Amino acid sequence: MASMRDIKRRKQSVSSTQQITKAMKLVSTVKLQKARSKAEQTTPYFNAMYNTICSMLAKAGAVNNKYLKDNGSEKIGVIVITSNRGLAGGYNSNIVKMITGSDMKPEDVKLYVIGHKGGESLTHKGYEIVKDYSPVMEAPTYADAMEICKDVLGAYASGEIGQIYLVYTHFKNTVSQIPKLMKLLPAEVAEEDVAAAKSSGAEALMNFEPNEEEALDLIVPKYVTSLVYGALVEAVASENGARMQAMDSATNNAEEIISDLSLKYNRARQGSITQELTEIIAGAEALS
Amino acid sequence: MADNTFKVSIITPERTFYEGEATMVEFNTVEGQIGVLPKHIPLTTVIAPGICTIHEAESEKRAAVHAGLAEVLPDKVTILAEIAEWPDEIDLSRARSAEERARERLASKAENIDLLRAEIALKKALIRQDILAK
Repeated sequence: MASMRDIKRRKQSVSSTQQITKAMKLVSTVKLQKARSKAEQTTPYFNAMYNTICSMLAKAGAVNNKYLKDNGSEKIGVIVITSNRGLAGGYNSNIVKMITGSDMKPEDVKLYVIGHKGGESLTHKGYEIVKDYSPVMEAPTYADAMEICKDVLGAYASGEIGQIYLVYTHFKNTVSQIPKLMKLLPAEVAEEDVAAAKSSGAEALMNFEPNEEEALDLIVPKYVTSLVYGALVEAVASENGARMQAMDSATNNAEEIISDLSLKYNRARQGSITQELTEIIAGAEALS
Repeated sequence: MADNTFKVSIITPERTFYEGEATMVEFNTVEGQIGVLPKHIPLTTVIAPGICTIHEAESEKRAAVHAGLAEVLPDKVTILAEIAEWPDEIDLSRARSAEERARERLASKAENIDLLRAEIALKKALIRQDILAK
């Protein structure tokens, strides 16, 4: 059995770790609240944008637009959103697994990473990183999303990449964050949404200025940018949610270890007292 | 009364910028300036940098709207703006320096500059000053 002093030292070290995890949990709770309200504010913009795209596609049909057709390039551009810091449970590794687990070959993939953690582990696995926007993660703005999209769409327009995917963590609620792989271009919207837009009569009368094709050229980049921005904001919320959970369970585990150690410490103390008493009694008996 | 007003909402990615009833809305599109009255035919158009004027029943409001798209329906106008700001949110000195920078960049004619971007930056800076001057 470990000595009383060892147990005491261990207990102290665990409880100071617990203080740290507790503080981190509180910090991420506050950050989560902020990030969540920000994420909620972007939803109306995104929904309106999605509806517009659907009604445009319903009207325009399969037009010969560069954003809707395969441009023949084998390469795949992937925008990966992870966090800059660790200690967030499975948050980052889940994103990495989304990419390694997909059927994309490492040599075909060109990565646009946001967040150090994902970038590091994907480089180890042999993926090529074209550009790193990690500082964006601290406080994503719409201008940041525009910057990223300008690069990615430029590569798409020049034929360097033939498809664009987005990998991020969807913020479902505080306790559940789901990693998501999403195809951005060639643009795809759910068939039923297009059908719904078609059947609601008002859309059939919709006019476009300039005409559909030119308007699509202008609007699709805006649509992609709004998706990327939405993903960035949600990822920040998810990161803090994941960290909050991880730190919460770390605090609980520390609590458990401490109570276990307290028990051991008390037993050791009692043991040493009993031993001392036995020795004294034995000594007294030997004298008499 | 309800006949000659319609709903206007301006939404940016960061917030719902404006929501209310108006009698007329004017804004800039890539095809030119338009003014929308109630019962306009359905129209989707792309916005060019410019001043958006919202005429309410008794007052009018102005805002700088820099990029985005607008969806016009007979009883509703939705403007999805990438950037929108009220006059009191604009920093005049910043707009001035942005104008200078953009002009310099356009004048330098170096090969590696993004002409289109500099032009847009110049336009934005000018609009910001315009709206404050009025």
